[in-house]
Amino acid sequence: MPDVSFTVDGKKLTAPAGTLLIDACKSAGIEIPAFCYYPGLSLQAACRMCVVRIEKMPKLQTACTTPVAEGMVVVSESPEIAQARKSTLQLLLGNHPLDCPVCDAGGQCELQDMTFKYGAADSFYAEPKNHREEQQWSPVVFFDRPRCILCYRCVRMCGEGMDVFALGIQNRGSSSVIAPNVPAELSPEHLPHVDCEQCGMCIDVCPVGALTSGTYRYKTRPWEMNHVSTICTHCGDGCKTTLGVRSTSEGSEIMRGDNRDKSGMNGDFLCNKGRYAFDFANQPERLTKPLVRQPDGKLKPVSWEEALTFAGNKLRELRDTRGAASIGVIGSNRTTNEENYLLQKFARTVLGTNNIDHHRTADYVTLAVALQGSANRLASQRDVLTAQNILLIGGDPTNQAPLTAWNLRTNVRLNKAKLFIANTDEIKLRRQAKAFIQVAPFAYNSFVDYLAGDDASANSASVSAQADQLSDFRAAVVEAESLLVLVGNELRDGELTRLINTLPNAKFACIADYANSRGASDMGLLPDMLPGYQPLSGSALAEEFHTPAQPGLDMLAMFDAANSGALSALYVVGSNPVAHYSVDPSALQNTFLIVQDMFLTETAALADVVLPAANLYEKSGSVTNSYGDLQLVSKAADKPGTRSDFELIVRLADKMGHPVKSLVPFGKGLRADMGQSRGAQSGEADRHAVWLTANNLEPKVSPFDSFAILDEIQRVVPGYDKLRRLQLLSGNDQHIAPASSGLVQIENRKNLVLPSSDTLFTSGSLTKYSPMLLDIQKHQQREVADHFAEAD
Amino acid sequence: MPRLVSHPDEVKVLSRRFGQGAAEIDKYIELDGYKAVQKAIESGPEWVINEMKASGLRGRGGAGFPTGMKWSFVPKQSEKPKYVLVNGDESEPGTCKDHIIFLHDPHAVIEGTMIAGLAIGAKMGFIYLRGEYRYLLKIVEKAVADAYAKGILGKNIFGKEGLDFDIVTQTGAGAYEVGEESALMESLEGKRGVPRIKPPFPAVVGLYGGPTVINNAETIASAPHILLMGGEAYAKLGSERNGGTRLFGISGHVERPGVYELPMGYSLRKAIFEVAGGIKDGKKLKAVVPGGSSCPVLKADEIDVGLDFDQMAKAGTMLGSGGIVVLDESVSIVEFALRTINFYQHESCGWCIPCREGTDWLKKTMTRFHAGGGSKKDIDNMQYLAENMLGRTFCPLGDAAAMPMIGFYKKFRSEFEDYVAGARVENPLIEIKPIGEPALIGAAH
Repeated sequence: MPDVSFTVDGKKLTAPAGTLLIDACKSAGIEIPAFCYYPGLSLQAACRMCVVRIEKMPKLQTACTTPVAEGMVVVSESPEIAQARKSTLQLLLGNHPLDCPVCDAGGQCELQDMTFKYGAADSFYAEPKNHREEQQWSPVVFFDRPRCILCYRCVRMCGEGMDVFALGIQNRGSSSVIAPNVPAELSPEHLPHVDCEQCGMCIDVCPVGALTSGTYRYKTRPWEMNHVSTICTHCGDGCKTTLGVRSTSEGSEIMRGDNRDKSGMNGDFLCNKGRYAFDFANQPERLTKPLVRQPDGKLKPVSWEEALTFAGNKLRELRDTRGAASIGVIGSNRTTNEENYLLQKFARTVLGTNNIDHHRTADYVTLAVALQGSANRLASQRDVLTAQNILLIGGDPTNQAPLTAWNLRTNVRLNKAKLFIANTDEIKLRRQAKAFIQVAPFAYNSFVDYLAGDDASANSASVSAQADQLSDFRAAVVEAESLLVLVGNELRDGELTRLINTLPNAKFACIADYANSRGASDMGLLPDMLPGYQPLSGSALAEEFHTPAQPGLDMLAMFDAANSGALSALYVVGSNPVAHYSVDPSALQNTFLIVQDMFLTETAALADVVLPAANLYEKSGSVTNSYGDLQLVSKAADKPGTRSDFELIVRLADKMGHPVKSLVPFGKGLRADMGQSRGAQSGEADRHAVWLTANNLEPKVSPFDSFAILDEIQRVVPGYDKLRRLQLLSGNDQHIAPASSGLVQIENRKNLVLPSSDTLFTSGSLTKYSPMLLDIQKHQQREVADHFAEAD
Repeated sequence: MPRLVSHPDEVKVLSRRFGQGAAEIDKYIELDGYKAVQKAIESGPEWVINEMKASGLRGRGGAGFPTGMKWSFVPKQSEKPKYVLVNGDESEPGTCKDHIIFLHDPHAVIEGTMIAGLAIGAKMGFIYLRGEYRYLLKIVEKAVADAYAKGILGKNIFGKEGLDFDIVTQTGAGAYEVGEESALMESLEGKRGVPRIKPPFPAVVGLYGGPTVINNAETIASAPHILLMGGEAYAKLGSERNGGTRLFGISGHVERPGVYELPMGYSLRKAIFEVAGGIKDGKKLKAVVPGGSSCPVLKADEIDVGLDFDQMAKAGTMLGSGGIVVLDESVSIVEFALRTINFYQHESCGWCIPCREGTDWLKKTMTRFHAGGGSKKDIDNMQYLAENMLGRTFCPLGDAAAMPMIGFYKKFRSEFEDYVAGARVENPLIEIKPIGEPALIGAAH
């Protein structure tokens, strides 16, 4: 669109033709107040707050519906406009309960801000306010009707943004009320409620305190919290959640999560888990003391010194007596890149074994290897929002990767992107799809063959699709310019390679399950390759660190080895393989088991030493999402009695007698400072690194500063070398792609991908430690039961 | 059938078939029915639009937008189908002109719809009746069915190959708001009856996203007469820039209430004192609401004004929908104001804040005031409220509520002040009773 010039309050401005005046003003730093306007949602012009004076127009005009035009002369503030806004506020406040002192929104309420600005403090109504009782719509959504100003943001967010349509408007005039989709008469308890995805987006967009969060309401005030923007620990999408953290008598407690600051690549969006499922961190079941199994077979709380010394000595003894190859290490999908890198370095250089693996939830090795030799073919999460043509094959982003689903919907809605979906299930996103093919059960292989041009596989690829539907679909996908392909975890190995080769110009992304699934893979938590998918021998990394050349045991082989008595020790960091892989507990009876975790999980319960660990919200570092977007993790909360996995790995190495400095290259001095500075551990030192370095001072003062190893990661992990530290520390996302050459080549690699099959309301082992998720599950089960009851 | 009224000053164009059984298609055809549309088919769309422009016909719904110009705004080429939409959602208190057209001359509406369709290139028309007029639906539906049976509607109309026109009828669900054209389209599409953002205007993006001409039923019914008598001849019947004649529904305290067809620009004083026979029971005139309840009130000494859009605007009020409500000296303006705001509060759709909250607070305050709990400060507050609604609402409903209230507070302030001092309603207004089926007794079938 060509630019047009116009004037606002005497300032000459330009903006692309068609830009809404309210947006153009915002870009120029002129704030026009609005309740109902919300970028990306349909226009309402209902609140009448954004009225401005436009020359030659008889009435005040709404800036939210007026596109800028050449020569337009606008006045955005004048006594006339201020009066119009003031009187609208007076009308709203007339029926508003003015319970600001107890309202959740107090202090961050748009109605308060506007009232403050326009001074609509005088009231001249003597009649009673319209009142309705508060309603609980779900475990996480409460509706306080009197506070509602009927801006309809929630209705549009739920319908247009989420494609859920759980909210609507009932009645008319001053009786109008926002209503949920399950009315009282259809509810067994005769209480209206929402049957929805429980994302809480309605609460986030509510400009006042009408919609409040079940887990946060009446708990604290916004100004009593620190607000820390960090990465959600749950799925692999890489959303930022801004955690409100309040100091308590013992450390600090996370009170809420939201994304009102829009600080991340998720923009407006957060799902149920990103918003509410931080509550595991505050659980009383959290381990806060190291546990060591006593001769009587019971786990007993001991001091850190005792636990670490015991674990370190034992590990060293087993390494020296039974050999490094008898020790296994299992890493996590939720620990930081720094921790993952450190863990594999610990395994390969301190223990001296390649017996390291993690719970793999997508086939990143195949993705990286198949794309070797080509550039720019790995997609960023940001591409999902802008790509003109998208193929989604397998996966169900609505449940597994809610931000991906949100971006797909938004892209289709606002940019008219074309979405093509092939899936064995009729996933919800098909409502946004231009074409949907229901793939026959277990037939992704045939479908990929069909895409590759094999007409004979049409029949086995899909039972329901007509021949012309299939051929149209294939033609559209194969011929599409700038195609983005999102691959579910159903496609692995040969199928994935074949798909990639079939669409030589497309960009690809694999959808994984947890915050750092991609990072775990990139950082080399794999028995047959080093960080950056480099081969075990021959690479610079292998030479520098003298890593063992023999491939190690993978996850299943480790448990087989344990069963046969060949595994002397197993070190598990932030993972629960006993539950994931249904390991028979007796398999581990002769294995010395060290587990770092928050809770006494099925795996930790079998351990000889349990070390209470901090979670992703209690540490600093970086994580890489499913797409390869690297982001900063900031320490929000603090749980006394726990330590970060990074610190624990370092301390364990120290207790094994390993020179810490060779593990974590911190400082130039000779002596390791094993001090307790929390600042150093939380990455604060690195924040000052620029200044410190400029002043010839040493920025890394502690081996527990996880950023101390980031230099090494950048130096030795291809792909991560392009990382810009300033971008990272500023909280921006950077897209990381593995190297385009020199990657590992392994024939007939075992397929060990085990999707966690999480839903919107589960998150692996964390699920049972989140009361919110358990509540929601009950709520949703009741919904399902109700639907069946209705059907009867 | 309601008694038809008549006066020698009337110029019967639109009403010339009233009372002659023209709801029957044969009678309608006998009285020159469906000649205009055939003439239009022969002469082409351009001719139709030119005649309409020449006629000076201005929208009879109340806004007074020139009809010919409205029709000419519809793009000639359109990917989406074009539609003609007849607004029969006649809900403005004091207005009953479309009612009488549907009752006596439904085919004129059908023929007008066809003419508009021809002019803009639409093959489909909708006649939308207000929910409370559902009893008229039988008449309109029968007229449509008869027209289909005669080959006047449907495929190849009048035997002309490839010339199709269909009409669908629909009633509302009883909301005043859907009289607003875009809210009507929402309602017709099966959605909540709330107005749309304009632009785009209906002529570009209207019903189901297609270019749409939406006209008041009286406007549409005037079209056949204009084509038959010629645009210029029609224009000459009225006043300057206000072509033709118009149906005025005169109600309230007059001797002969009813719907009269008077030339545009006719004197309001004469309309009340001669045409409608003057004030009932020899009482004195107190005030006139000249064009439906949303128009600012005129005091007894302000009625020397011509009944057309421009003269009424000059007099500080509006011609509106032509519903002239006459109030005699016995009427309490306080009670009348309460009745007025009760209506608008009830009918506000709730979409925008100033109208939803403004009408509600006006009603609450007026109710207390009327009950005797008011103060002088309340009068100021109510006037402030109404003045701050005016021009700031999403659609004209807020203005329609604010304008009459401002008029009452300004022109009859002393009466409000007397009320505070203890004066009370002496002659309560008659109770409002809904029009029901009985109005049909004696009507054709």
